[in-house]
Amino acid sequence: MKDSMIRGADIVVRSLIAENAEIIFGYPGGAIMPVYDALHDYHDELRHVLTRHEQGAIHAAQGYARVSGKVGVCIATSGPGATNLITGLADAQIDSTPLVCITGQVASHLLGTDAFQETDVVGISMPGTKWNIQVRKVEDIAPAIAKGFFIARSGRPGPVLIDITKDAQTNFGDFNYSKCLGFRSYRTHIPVEKTAIQEAAFLINMAKRPYLLFGQGVVLGQAEEELKAFLEKSGIPAACTLLGSGALSEDHPNYVGKLGMHGNYAPNMLTNQCDILIAVGMRFDDRVTGDLKRYAKQAKVIHLELDPAEINKNVKCEVAVLGSCKDSLALLTAAVKENSYPDWMARFKELADQERATVIEPDLTPTKPGLTMGEVIFQINKYKADDAILVTDVGQHQMISWRYFNYKKPRTQVTSGGLGTMGFALPAALGAQMYDFSRQVVCVVGDGGIQMTIQELGTIMQTKAPVKIVLLNNNFLGMVRQWQQMFFDKRYSFTELDNPDFIKIAEAYNIQAQKVSVRDDLQEAIEDMLIHDGPYFLEVVVEKEDNVFPMIATGCSVEEVRLS
Amino acid sequence: MKRYTIFVITENFIGILNRITIIFTRRGINIDALTASESRLEGIHRITIEVTASEDTVIQLVNQIEKIIDVIKAFYHEDESVVYQEIALYKIPVSRLDGGLEKIIRQHNAKIIAAEPDFVVLELSGHKEQTQELLEILKGYGLLEFARSGRVAVAKRMLTIDSFVK
Repeated sequence: MKDSMIRGADIVVRSLIAENAEIIFGYPGGAIMPVYDALHDYHDELRHVLTRHEQGAIHAAQGYARVSGKVGVCIATSGPGATNLITGLADAQIDSTPLVCITGQVASHLLGTDAFQETDVVGISMPGTKWNIQVRKVEDIAPAIAKGFFIARSGRPGPVLIDITKDAQTNFGDFNYSKCLGFRSYRTHIPVEKTAIQEAAFLINMAKRPYLLFGQGVVLGQAEEELKAFLEKSGIPAACTLLGSGALSEDHPNYVGKLGMHGNYAPNMLTNQCDILIAVGMRFDDRVTGDLKRYAKQAKVIHLELDPAEINKNVKCEVAVLGSCKDSLALLTAAVKENSYPDWMARFKELADQERATVIEPDLTPTKPGLTMGEVIFQINKYKADDAILVTDVGQHQMISWRYFNYKKPRTQVTSGGLGTMGFALPAALGAQMYDFSRQVVCVVGDGGIQMTIQELGTIMQTKAPVKIVLLNNNFLGMVRQWQQMFFDKRYSFTELDNPDFIKIAEAYNIQAQKVSVRDDLQEAIEDMLIHDGPYFLEVVVEKEDNVFPMIATGCSVEEVRLS
Repeated sequence: MKRYTIFVITENFIGILNRITIIFTRRGINIDALTASESRLEGIHRITIEVTASEDTVIQLVNQIEKIIDVIKAFYHEDESVVYQEIALYKIPVSRLDGGLEKIIRQHNAKIIAAEPDFVVLELSGHKEQTQELLEILKGYGLLEFARSGRVAVAKRMLTIDSFVK
């Protein structure tokens, strides 16, 4: 053995450092112990956060990746450690979050023998990863990690899983790291076709009622400035998807609101009245489109998209502009005429006023005694920093927070969009906060979701991450209850919760906590929370049976969006 | 619904076939037949998948297959634009060999490729309709075993895989 040789486990850690990973989230166990042993030598170069569950580790890595734009890293052991990552992998896959997950595996001679804590994690994780691989030889570790990081962050980002057998971690090998710059089966750069731009510009220049929808692709492609420039020149109104929020400041004059099941009234209604629909970095999710047979049938669709598989998947388009929207938006801006659509814009305003009067005013400044979720977000908005990050879980509180949190900057929104993973928020907020302790990270969560990953309060305690946790407690699984009320004759089947004393739980974790149940105390409590140095837990008891509106019921058309 | 042949040109990595087939499984689409082999370029494999579906569905399948990181290229063809062949083997007991069978073998251009004390093995290559026709006839001759391959196919279009492998 040459002196220059190091253990596979050291190669793992040094490869992560070579990829500029600063922080990793994880949980130790038998098959990953050599890597944990190696980590002990690299405290200064690579920070490790010990979560309380592997699901917490991967959601934390997701939160970190979403706010930083970097690849999130998490590690877990074989068997149950690895299977506990699956929900996070599926979540990251559907929301295009770049992750590299490293799992330990039993020694290679034991593979396939049902050894202790052996599970076929490569097989199990296949549908939920952009790419995965099992490494059985020490010399394959560094190339796999290099390839993994490249795949995770390039093209349409996504999660990668690298399963490393224990013997590969303990054997010795040479370490010469070379970054992956590409390989023949994987195309990352698609040059924008000039003819597509010309065709798109032609349609846009002829349009009477053009309308632009933007999604997370704008953020992932770092095309926020290009989007703004395009909108300002073309004068076209623009609405965002759930994950597109923040790509354009909500104060921008062209911004008309949010799309989808619980989006705004005007953006949904007018989807079926525009003549040209320009979709940028979004994938026409069913929660955005409602019934596809009655979705924007009158419009010619122009789709700006990086992933060829998204073209014509749900909505057939007239013009497909393949490539990064950073490139295509810039080219399109140059090709379109300066324009404005005052009458068309006025239609958005008119419908927005209706929504304001019937939904928003009662939500934000209620007159009934019970606290609304909306007024809590309204108070947070008053005191938050411009670049505050909002992390939400899944359910009513998520939709209300999204609707009323006034997004101004990119990467200030972290939520589980495509997968709808309850339990996401608390660990994701921790991960987001670990990226930057100086940023305000507000974690809004429901009483159902928080109990799915409540153990991560322990990680918040240990890291002292100054996350501001706002628990909106209605003692119900609120979104399911709302559906039961609206579509299942109010048969509240297993949606009411007997909850623990959350304040005691928070305090047991040494996190400062406060509970508010009357309106008069709300404002001060939120101020207290936001100025507090360190983590804070604020429980707000809200109206038990409030509903989220507007709403497009499943199977309905976007123009059937209901205000009540 | 129509019959399509999907060609997949791929790197030879463990698990690639699994990644391809779960795309069909997830959408509840049956694979009629599948063959995989090394291509004429070292390290590059060629997978031929036969599927009955609408063209829209096949386009989605091909797009999803091509999205797989280690897949170099995927494309699809209707039957008319590929030259394809399948091979079938038929095991017949020696006791049933007679003049009638000889005629059948000649008519179908089948071959006897193995003769054992108890049985002979016939081989026929062709389209499914042809191998199926012989199968139906041989059922009357005490057919012991039958196996048919998936299709191997080449496109009529003048394109070579070299153009995808740079």
